[in-house]
Amino acid sequence: MVNLNFVSPEIFISLSIMFLLLLGVFKKNSSNIIHNLSIGFLLITGILILNNPFDEKVTLFSGSYIIDSLSSFMKILTILGGAFVLSISTKYLKLFKIFLIEYPILILCSILGMMVMISSNDLMVFYIGLELQSLSLYVLASFNRDQLKSSEAGLKYFVLGALSSGLLLYGCSLIYGFSGSTNFNVIGDVMHSTHYGLTFGIVFILVGLAFKISAVPFHMWAPDVYEGSPTSVTLFFAIVPKVAALTVFIRFLYTPFINMIEQWQAILIFLSIASMIFGAVAAIGQNNLKRLVAYSSIGHIGYALAGLSVGTNEGIQSSIVYISIYLVMNLGLFSCLLMMKRNDQYFETIDDLSGLSKNHPVLSLSLMIILFSLAGIPPLAGFFAKFYVFKSVIEQSMYFLAIVGLLSTVIAAFYYLRIIKIIYFDEEKEKYDTDHSIWLKMSLTLSTLLILLYFIFPSKLVEIVSRINVI
Amino acid sequence: MNFPILSSLILLPLIGTLFLLFSKDKDYQNTSTMKYVALFTSFVNFLISIYLWYLFDSSTSSFQFIEDKEWLKGFINYKVGIDGISILFIILTTFITSLCIISVNNSIKYRLRDFLIAILIMESLMIGVFCSLDLVIFYLFFEAGLIPMFLMIGIWGGARRVYSAFKFFLYTLLGSVLMLVAIISIYWMSGTTDIVQLYELGIDTKYQNLLWLAFFSSFAVKTPMWPVHTWLPDAHVEAPTAGSVILAAILLKMAGYGFIRFSLGLFPVASELFTPLVYTLSLIAIVYTSLVALMQEDMKKLIAYSSVAHMGFVTLGIFTITQQGIEGSIIQMISHGLISAALFLCVGVVYDRVHSRLIKTYGGLVSVMPKYSILFMLFTLAAIGLPGTSGFVGEFLILMGAFKDNFLVAAIASLGVIFAAAYMLWLYRRVIFGNLTNKNLLQIPDLDNSEKFILWCLAIPVLFFGFYPEPLINTIEISVKDLIEMYNFNLNMNMTEVKNNG
Repeated sequence: MVNLNFVSPEIFISLSIMFLLLLGVFKKNSSNIIHNLSIGFLLITGILILNNPFDEKVTLFSGSYIIDSLSSFMKILTILGGAFVLSISTKYLKLFKIFLIEYPILILCSILGMMVMISSNDLMVFYIGLELQSLSLYVLASFNRDQLKSSEAGLKYFVLGALSSGLLLYGCSLIYGFSGSTNFNVIGDVMHSTHYGLTFGIVFILVGLAFKISAVPFHMWAPDVYEGSPTSVTLFFAIVPKVAALTVFIRFLYTPFINMIEQWQAILIFLSIASMIFGAVAAIGQNNLKRLVAYSSIGHIGYALAGLSVGTNEGIQSSIVYISIYLVMNLGLFSCLLMMKRNDQYFETIDDLSGLSKNHPVLSLSLMIILFSLAGIPPLAGFFAKFYVFKSVIEQSMYFLAIVGLLSTVIAAFYYLRIIKIIYFDEEKEKYDTDHSIWLKMSLTLSTLLILLYFIFPSKLVEIVSRINVI
Repeated sequence: MNFPILSSLILLPLIGTLFLLFSKDKDYQNTSTMKYVALFTSFVNFLISIYLWYLFDSSTSSFQFIEDKEWLKGFINYKVGIDGISILFIILTTFITSLCIISVNNSIKYRLRDFLIAILIMESLMIGVFCSLDLVIFYLFFEAGLIPMFLMIGIWGGARRVYSAFKFFLYTLLGSVLMLVAIISIYWMSGTTDIVQLYELGIDTKYQNLLWLAFFSSFAVKTPMWPVHTWLPDAHVEAPTAGSVILAAILLKMAGYGFIRFSLGLFPVASELFTPLVYTLSLIAIVYTSLVALMQEDMKKLIAYSSVAHMGFVTLGIFTITQQGIEGSIIQMISHGLISAALFLCVGVVYDRVHSRLIKTYGGLVSVMPKYSILFMLFTLAAIGLPGTSGFVGEFLILMGAFKDNFLVAAIASLGVIFAAAYMLWLYRRVIFGNLTNKNLLQIPDLDNSEKFILWCLAIPVLFFGFYPEPLINTIEISVKDLIEMYNFNLNMNMTEVKNNG
C-alpha cells in the first residue's frame, strides 16, 4: 500500500488546478479571485511539502517516485518562485489586457510538472513531468497573443522544445534498451560495464536537458523567447524551470550514472565553460534588458553546471546554493524591470534606465546592489554563490575550470557595470510612475535586503543545503 | 571578553552611513548637518584609533585585540587583530578620511549625501582590510572597496570619468580573481585560511611559486607596479579631489601591506625566487614613471605618476627583506599617504578656483596666494624626500636596505630621488613662480580657513615624523623583526630540506 501522505503536495496542487478551472468556467470575471486563490494554493502546497520529513528518503510507486531532501528543497524553491511571479505580475497583465484565468492555472500546471520532474526516479515519470511543464510554458510564452513577438517566442520555444524532447526520448529509449529498465536505481545496479549505447543515451539526455536550461551550445532559443514573452513570464522562465531541470541533472547523473563520471564529466565541463564565456561575451552588445538577462542567465547556468561537474556532494550543494541565490537576484532584477513604467507603457531597453538615480534613488540603489551581486562582487550574496562553486571546483583541483570561470566573471562585470554606469553617470530622463503594487515593492525590498545582508549570516542557507546528500 | 574595539572601528562608519541614509539630500540646511554627522563619525573613529595606538603593546609581535567569531560554520571565522604593521595604516585611514570629509566643502557640488556615504563605507572597508586576519575576510574587504570607489570616480569625476571608472574597476577585479583562486587553494591545502595558523603551518614549497604569482597579480595591479600601472593616472585625474586622496593615500597602501603580510609571510621561498622580478619592475617604475612624470602637462597626472614611482620604492624596500628596507617601506607608505594626500589637495585648491588642471594655466601664483605657496613648497620638498620631512626617512631607510642587498639596484633607485627633485621642483616653478600671465588668476583668493586647517594637519605630521620618526619605528620594529626572522627560518628550513633530498 502506497503511503499517499508523501505525495499530498502534488495531489493538492492537481485538485486545486481542477477546482480553479471549474471556478473559471462557472463564474464570470473571476480572474482576480483565481489569481489570489492560486497564490494561496501554492503557499498551502509549500506548507504540505514542509510537512514531509526533510532528511528521510522515501520511494513510492515501486521506486519510480522519490521524496528526499533534494526534492523537498527544490520544490520549495519552485513554489516560492511561482508564488512571487504570480504576485508581482498582476499589474503588468492588466495593462496588456491579458489578465485571464488561464495565466495562474498554466503556471500552476507547469509547477506541478516541475514537481513531478524534481521527484522523478524513473525515466518515464521524468518525461511526463517534463512535458507537462513544457507544454504549459509554450502557451505562457505566447500568452500575449496579439503581439507578434510574443507569438513568435511561443512558436520558437515550442519547435526547439519539441526537438529537445525528441532527443531526450531517444536517449531514454537507448538507455532502456541497454539497461533493460527505466528506473534510475535499477539502471544504476545493472550498469557495471560501460557500453557505448549507454554513453550515447546519456549524451542525448544531457543535450535535451541542456536545451531546457539553455546551456551553450543549446541556448539559441533563450534570447528570443525571453525578449518576446511577457515580462512576468520571462521572470518565470529565468528562474523556475531552471531549478527543476537542474534537479533532474543532479538526480540523473548522480543516481544511475555516478560510476560513469568520466564519461559525462567532460561534457558538463564543456557546457559549463562554454556557457560562462558565451554568456559573458554575448551580453556585452545587448541593448534590450530582457535579452541581456537571457545571456546573463546563460552565464549563470554555466556556474551552476561548474558545481555539478565536480562529482562530489559539496559540488552539488554549491550548485544548489548558487541556483537559490540566483533565484533571489533575478526576482529583484525583474521587480525593477516591472517598475519601469511610464504612462501605462513599459520600457525595457538599457537606455531607458538613463539617469534613473536622480529621479528614483531607492529603486536605483536596489538595482545597483542586485547588479553588483550578479557580477559577483563581495560582500553581496552573488559573491558567496560563486565562492561556494569555486571552492568545490578547486577542491578537486580543477584549476582550469576555476580560472576560466573567474576570468569570465570579469568580462561579465563589464556589462553589469555598463548598466550601473547608465543608471548613475548618465543624464536623467523623464520620471517613471511610482504607483506600484505593494507586492512588487515588497519583493524588491525583500530580495535586495537578502542580497545585501547575506554576509551577516552566510551559513544559514548552507546549513540547510548541506543536509542534501545525493551520493 | 574585551571590548571589540576593532569591530567597532569597522562598524562605526557604517552607523554614520545609516544616519545619512535617512536624511534628505535636497535642502541646503541639511548639507551642513550631513557633513557634521559624517565628520563626527570619522573623527570619533580617528580618536578611537589613536586610543588604540595608546593601548597597543609594541613590545610583542603577536597579534593584539584579536576577535574571533564563527562566521561560515566550520570553514571561515571572522577574525581581526592588529600588529605593529597594521596599526599605523589604520590610523592613516581614519586620519585621512576625516580630512577628506572636511575637504568636500568646495569640490563636491551635488549629491553630497551620496558622496559622504561612499567615503564612510570606504573607510570601514579599508580598516577591515588592514585588520583582517583571515584570507577570505581580507579578500572580502579588499574587493568590496571597488564598489564605492567606482561610484566616486564615475559620479563626481571629470570629463573622462566613465572610461577611468571602468578601467579602474576591471583592472583591479582581473588582478584579484586569481588571488581568490589562490586563497581557495590554500584552504584546501592547509585546511584553514586563518593567517596566524598559516604562519605556523607554512605552505608547501611546491605550490608557493604559483600562489605567490596569483597574489602578486592582485597586489601588482593595486600597488600599482609597472606595467599594470596605467589605470592609476586615469583614475586619479578623473576622480574628485577627495577620491584621489583616498585612492593615493590609502587604497594603494593595501597592496604594499598585502606584500608584507602575505607574500613575505606566507610564501618566503617564492618571494626569495621572485625578488629579482620585483626589483626589476620596481626600478623600471622608479626610473620610467619619473621620466613620464617630468613630461606631464596635467598637475594631477604628474602627481599620479610620481605616486607610481614612490610606490616603486616601497616594493623595492619590501623585497630587500632587511630590517631597514621593510621599516623604510612602511614609513614611506605612511608618509606618501600624507604627502600625496596633501599634494592632491593642493591641486584641488587651485582647481576649485580656476577649474583647470593644466600646468600652463598657472604661473606666478606666489603673488596672489602666498600662504598656499608656502604649504605647497613644504609638500613639494617632502615629496622629493628632503631631510627633515617624513619622505626622507622612508626613502633613506629603503635605500639603506637596498645597498645592503644589492649595490647596483640601490644605485639605480637613487636616480629616482634625483628625478623626483627634477619633476617636483619644475612643477613648482611653473605653477608658483614666473610671471602672472593669466588674468583669471588675479582675482583668486588665498586659502580659506578649512583648507588651511587641512593642509596644516597634514604638514605637522610630515615635519614631525621627519625630525622624530621614533614613534613610528618603535611601533613597527618588533613586528618587522619577527617577520624577517620567520622568513629566514622558513627559508633555511627549506634549504636544509632541499639539501637532504638532493
